[in-house]
Amino acid sequence: MSPSLSRRAVLQGAGGLVVSFALSPAGFAQQAAETPQHDGAKLPGSLAESPFLESWIKVGADGAVTAFTGKAELGQGIATALCQIAAEELGLPFAAVAIVTADTGLTPNEGYTAGSHSMQDSGTAIRNAAAQLREILVGEAARRLGVPADGLWVEAGAVAGPDGARLSYGDLAGGLSLHVQAQPTSRLTDPGRFRVMNRPVPRIDIPAKVTGGAAYVQDMRLPGMLHARIVRPPSYGARLTALDSSAVEAMAGVVKVVRDGDFLAVLAEQEFQAVKAMRVLAMAAAWQEDAKLPDPARMSETLLALPAQDFTILDRHEGGAATGTTVAATYSRPYLSHGSIGPSCAVALDQDGAMTVWTHTQGVYPDRKAIAEMLGRPLERVRCIHTPGSGCYGHNGADDAAADAALLAAALPGRPVRVQWMREQEHAWEPYGPAMVTKARATLDATGRITDWDYGVWSNTHSMRPGPAGSLLAAQHMARAFAPPEPKPLPQPEGGGDRNGIPLYAFPNARVVHHFLPDMPLRISALRSLGAQMNVFSIESFMDELALAADADPVEFRLKHLQDPRAQDTIIAAAQAFGWERGSPVEPDRGRGFAFARYKNLAAYCAVAVEVAVTRETGEVRIPRVVAAVDTGQVVNPDGVRNQIEGAILQSMSWCLYESVGFDAGRITSVDWSTYPILRFSAVPDSVEVRIIDRPGLPFLGCGETGQGPTGAAIANAIADATGQRLRDLPMTAAKVKAAIGV
Amino acid sequence: MIELKVNGRTHSVAADPDTPLLYVLRGELQLNAAKYGCGLGQCGACTVTVDGEAVFSCVTPILLLEGKEVTTLEGLGTAEAPGPMQRAFIEEQAAQCGYCIAGMMMRAQALLQKTPGASDAEIRRELEPHLCRCGTHMRILRAVRRAATAMQSAAAGETGR
Repeated sequence: MSPSLSRRAVLQGAGGLVVSFALSPAGFAQQAAETPQHDGAKLPGSLAESPFLESWIKVGADGAVTAFTGKAELGQGIATALCQIAAEELGLPFAAVAIVTADTGLTPNEGYTAGSHSMQDSGTAIRNAAAQLREILVGEAARRLGVPADGLWVEAGAVAGPDGARLSYGDLAGGLSLHVQAQPTSRLTDPGRFRVMNRPVPRIDIPAKVTGGAAYVQDMRLPGMLHARIVRPPSYGARLTALDSSAVEAMAGVVKVVRDGDFLAVLAEQEFQAVKAMRVLAMAAAWQEDAKLPDPARMSETLLALPAQDFTILDRHEGGAATGTTVAATYSRPYLSHGSIGPSCAVALDQDGAMTVWTHTQGVYPDRKAIAEMLGRPLERVRCIHTPGSGCYGHNGADDAAADAALLAAALPGRPVRVQWMREQEHAWEPYGPAMVTKARATLDATGRITDWDYGVWSNTHSMRPGPAGSLLAAQHMARAFAPPEPKPLPQPEGGGDRNGIPLYAFPNARVVHHFLPDMPLRISALRSLGAQMNVFSIESFMDELALAADADPVEFRLKHLQDPRAQDTIIAAAQAFGWERGSPVEPDRGRGFAFARYKNLAAYCAVAVEVAVTRETGEVRIPRVVAAVDTGQVVNPDGVRNQIEGAILQSMSWCLYESVGFDAGRITSVDWSTYPILRFSAVPDSVEVRIIDRPGLPFLGCGETGQGPTGAAIANAIADATGQRLRDLPMTAAKVKAAIGV
Repeated sequence: MIELKVNGRTHSVAADPDTPLLYVLRGELQLNAAKYGCGLGQCGACTVTVDGEAVFSCVTPILLLEGKEVTTLEGLGTAEAPGPMQRAFIEEQAAQCGYCIAGMMMRAQALLQKTPGASDAEIRRELEPHLCRCGTHMRILRAVRRAATAMQSAAAGETGR
């Protein structure tokens, strides 16, 4: 199998390469001449960065339509949704569109698949590109038929006209070039006429995943492929001081031991031979450790004492002096693991000076840049092909595994190398979601209205992603070591640690400060929703504390402070579906809680209502029922939206009830599922209902992370309702609940 | 050489007897469904059935398996002709990343073969050893329930003939 084959071809074991659009010089010149240059208006979505139509959509001479996206299928269903969009605008059945996802050799550069951006960026680009392609095809048909374009229509892969005239897309495309700049506006299909969009389409990736098909990078088997395992240092910054690898080299199946500075690995013919050799190699290595980690029991104090760069991200003074009841609270969260079920994996092949890496990275282009820098090779000699892996939920070990594979492949040119991390390596070395502290203070006037809001968040950055080689573990550990890049705060309006730090509520006086902490005691990076989870947890917990102080119903209290009608609609939809009524009676030790946020204050709106049952003797919290409402703009795949929101709710439940990264003075101690417990089936709700608010024709908002914040706050609010005790330090473990109740 | 019977076919396996079944399935036998998740029997991603019982293939050395019937997810059907469990997971769209799903399906299959009328509570209890990080649990429970119904009505149909 050649590395030039597409990801899909590799995974399906088939030879079906994407057929490029035939570029005829004559057609190109003609088309270019006919294409007026737009006057600087911004192109929609990622067309702004990759403006040529052929980057996004191609029609083969056989009429086969392929969409191209720089975004990666992470299990969020993006490949399916993007096919729906292209099929809709081209008047095709859903199944007629194929898609190629993130590949530096084939697709546009759309950065990272992150931040709930895929639908806005890539979905918008593909929708407009497909609509403009349709118009070009119709125009060409009109020219050939000698009839006006407005008398023609598209159906089933052809342009049709009166009197049975019919020209297939493949036929029409043969003489055209799509090497044309997109226009700022397109004739988009009216939502009232949707056939494929806003319909629950079964995901294209699921059949292989439930039948044992080759669905993951883990499933790749290239001819002559070696299996590698890494021996990681025992702690951050540990140095390899002595190594006798002779015993390992004599083991069955072992092909090579690779040492480069503090980077140590073994390659073997069979996978379990590599695992056994890794264990022996680990015993044969001596390390000098000097990591000094903070006391996990005093993490909040540690963070508050770190040097901070303060950014005032909101400073509003529109009301008079605040007088009335003042309420203050401090909230905290620990480091959180991405906790992918499958440890990170990658395959690399160094052939004729060209490095190909199959990786489940979220960003093939940034990863390529980092790997090329690490290897000291020009960018164009490295190709990164996204190949699905286990769910990542942000920046886990994916990029590091890709670097491991590339470094090892470079040591054995011509032989494909597959690296998979061990469970304890993923748990100990992935970059965690940062620990955070927030402080809130607010004043209520006599009418129960918040007149003054003061909020601060203390946090590391939330992205140490590649780009720079120094982001990669292998590059940090190799002899010619690359230093980790300087951490940077991510700018508003999306923000990093301060993501969703600004409340959506309309307070006349409000101040929000982001205390950015450059020192990073643990290795951290992006975890799904970045700082939004903690800021929404804090703000929405605090809103309930204020509602209590104002003797107000939490739902009414929120509505009273909101001006955005879509926010209000979302809250009302969730409250109604839940059956939220003021002062409705609940059984003893049962409570209900509500929370709301608009992700990043610019993506999808989400409100969550939960019911909890607390066992007083143990402090155990069960969540029998969850109802969510979401407004994500125009919906493409309603079942995909539901799946994402359900998943966000259950994952956030797990974060908030159980999870914290463990460490001692020098080492990470949460290295498997017994030391890092997560949600299991016994704690899964009896019902989770997701209401989608229909917003036909409105821009895509992206829903993948919007449920993360509200869920945790809704749970905390429900526990407070059930027990009268407010938990402000995550996770809300049974032990903490029990201690708070004081039984 | 150890003889392993997998999905109805017998294979002579060259791997050392202490090799966990998972590595033989994924390596010599080139089967994809059983996944490496933890190697510790803590997550369930590697689950297959042996003589009808769900086992963690990552901690089961092949020397224990001679003369036994191993079934992996591949043994339940194909993408073109999915078995009832697979069809149910497709119909419920019960996957996000899907990495944990094969193991879930195999334990559910073992449960329903032994206890066709398993209650929702039994299904939930049976799946307790399995972790899903995407939060697809609600759909997984619905899919197993759907598979149970389909398998029961198929069985009733056969009885009726």
